[in-house]
Amino acid sequence: MTKMADVFAQTKAEGRAALIGYFPAGFPTLEDSITIIRSMVENGVDIVEIGLPYSDPLMDGPVIEQAVEQALHNGINTDGVLKVVEGVAQAGAPTLVMSYWNPILKFGQQRFASALHQAGGSGVITPDLTPEEAGEWISATDENDIDRVFLVAPSSTQERLGIVSDVCSGFVYAASTMGVTGARSTVSHHAKELVERTRSHTEKPICVGLGVSTPAQAEEIATYADGVIVGSAFVKAAIEANDVTETAARVGRLAAELAQGVRA
Amino acid sequence: MAEDSTPNKETELPDVAVPNVEVPDERGKFGDYGGQFVPEALMAALDQLSEEFNKAWIDPAFREQLDDLNRNYSGRPSPLTEATRLSEHAGGARIFLKREDLNHTGSHKINNVLGQALLTQRMGKTRVIAETGAGQHGVATATAAALLGLECVVYMGKEDTERQALNVARMKLLGAEVIAVEAGSQTLKDAINEAMRDWVTNVENTHYVLGTVAGPAPFPHMVRSFHEVIGDEAREQILERTGSLPTAIAACIGGGSNAIGIFHAFRNDPVQLVGYEAGGDGIETGRHSATLTGGSPGVLHGGRSYVMQDDYGQTIPSHSISAGLDYPSVGPEHAYLLDTKRARYEAITDSEAMEAFELLSKTEGILPALESAHAIAGALKLGRELGPEATILVNLSGRGDKDVATAARWFGLPTEGGTHD
Repeated sequence: MTKMADVFAQTKAEGRAALIGYFPAGFPTLEDSITIIRSMVENGVDIVEIGLPYSDPLMDGPVIEQAVEQALHNGINTDGVLKVVEGVAQAGAPTLVMSYWNPILKFGQQRFASALHQAGGSGVITPDLTPEEAGEWISATDENDIDRVFLVAPSSTQERLGIVSDVCSGFVYAASTMGVTGARSTVSHHAKELVERTRSHTEKPICVGLGVSTPAQAEEIATYADGVIVGSAFVKAAIEANDVTETAARVGRLAAELAQGVRA
Repeated sequence: MAEDSTPNKETELPDVAVPNVEVPDERGKFGDYGGQFVPEALMAALDQLSEEFNKAWIDPAFREQLDDLNRNYSGRPSPLTEATRLSEHAGGARIFLKREDLNHTGSHKINNVLGQALLTQRMGKTRVIAETGAGQHGVATATAAALLGLECVVYMGKEDTERQALNVARMKLLGAEVIAVEAGSQTLKDAINEAMRDWVTNVENTHYVLGTVAGPAPFPHMVRSFHEVIGDEAREQILERTGSLPTAIAACIGGGSNAIGIFHAFRNDPVQLVGYEAGGDGIETGRHSATLTGGSPGVLHGGRSYVMQDDYGQTIPSHSISAGLDYPSVGPEHAYLLDTKRARYEAITDSEAMEAFELLSKTEGILPALESAHAIAGALKLGRELGPEATILVNLSGRGDKDVATAARWFGLPTEGGTHD
């Protein structure tokens, strides 16, 4: 397992931000998603975020929603997601799972953290779990050496920024804007403010996601954040492709461009 | 229950456990249920809402304003009607109907919506959004928005816009925008997903008028509070009419707001509380919406409760002839009442509900909403079970005008567009 802390130490030494790429497990199929995500890693994605497809993705916009609906239709489930993690983690980048809370709750919090560790996974991002409800999750992740990432948002009060960043490990996920996942033409000025406000509460790395899709946006965010998270843009590139070879090539090309962005 | 030797409703009331705990606690928990499982972006808005509601609820000026609307706009108190001809089909038990169907807009939904619309104004927000299944909550929200001059957008599953076309037209006539949601199963749960997405994006000027006692705290508690008037009135009315408390209360359960509204006033009384879920084609077929009967604990739409889900925690689409009950979760307080055995829950199939729909129409001259027909069907069973000494209070939560086309199709009557399937 590659530790996220090592990656952030290295990117810091190189004077750049880390590139974090999201892709849903099982889209379009289990095997293909491994191939596609490995292509992202080979082309410069430093940390991988594997989406666990869920029937009610209320933080996601239409692009990711369409992809996870298809992944579920094609039979992906939590066991399959862990197989994708295993197949991807071997490529050498720290591998996180991003999951809505109910699938983890149903699988069992201890069981999920332990199975993820076994599969070579490094951490979990939980967009609809707040620290107040995370008592058992905090011990389950600690016991299994799994990083847990919670989100802060532009609407978070100073008090909540403290509460959330205290319980994060690995990094703090700063949602750039109020809204759901999906490309936006400009990154809201809220993102920079939020990162600055969060910095006053923590020395942990802070990564910015939601709405980031272009190398120029990645470059801009890299000037103030420790990591840049891109999701829907990869999925969109995959939706537009005709077969897995073309998908891997398109997604790889986007990864390479974004990797230049965070190094500019 | 079979050996009913010397029934005496004054002294031998059914054995019901009355827990001596008031829920929710200060974290919005009903035992292990409820809470807040939402994106961080919504936490500030939920805090603001809690604070504003808590202040308003003890503010005499707010309560006066709400009471005034309830009285002079909705037409409260709603009457209590004794259904004597229906009783003959219920083992002779006395049946009383709490007539929420006679409220303005045709259901209990207006109670909650007026409260939340007033809160929206207090919070300085100018836009409301809502989800709707049968369309009753959407119509109520569009009505309150028109009354208070708020912009209104209603999300409705595409399948529901088709089976409840009349209510779509009503909402539009009231000035609301109706957005048909094409994602997922195209029903109520997908409408809620879409409303949540809108809310997280526009939370600065927008209040989400959630239509039932589910979702993240403070919704389950707040929505219950606005509906407590149903039980408060009914308790007084039935004591006045019969001189005693009812033996049992019957209400239908989708999210569970009308049921909580009538149950609450009786929570510390020796009165059976019975909720009737939508059994659809039958629990054994898997095509139903009976979450408490056929689901398991989980998190959906911001709160922990019972959920219809598979082994991996994916939501299983629900089914019911009644769009308003067609929801794969349920309010957390009902999960709590089930676990503590203070209430019990049973499933009523589509056919049982339609039989009750027909019976109430023909014996009492009241067309019930398909949702409420489930409560009527439950009361008929309950009456046969409890015998002629029993008194059953039914929450008739809505009227059936919106369901005439569905009912006509069910009974094979010719409708304007012919009798298509």
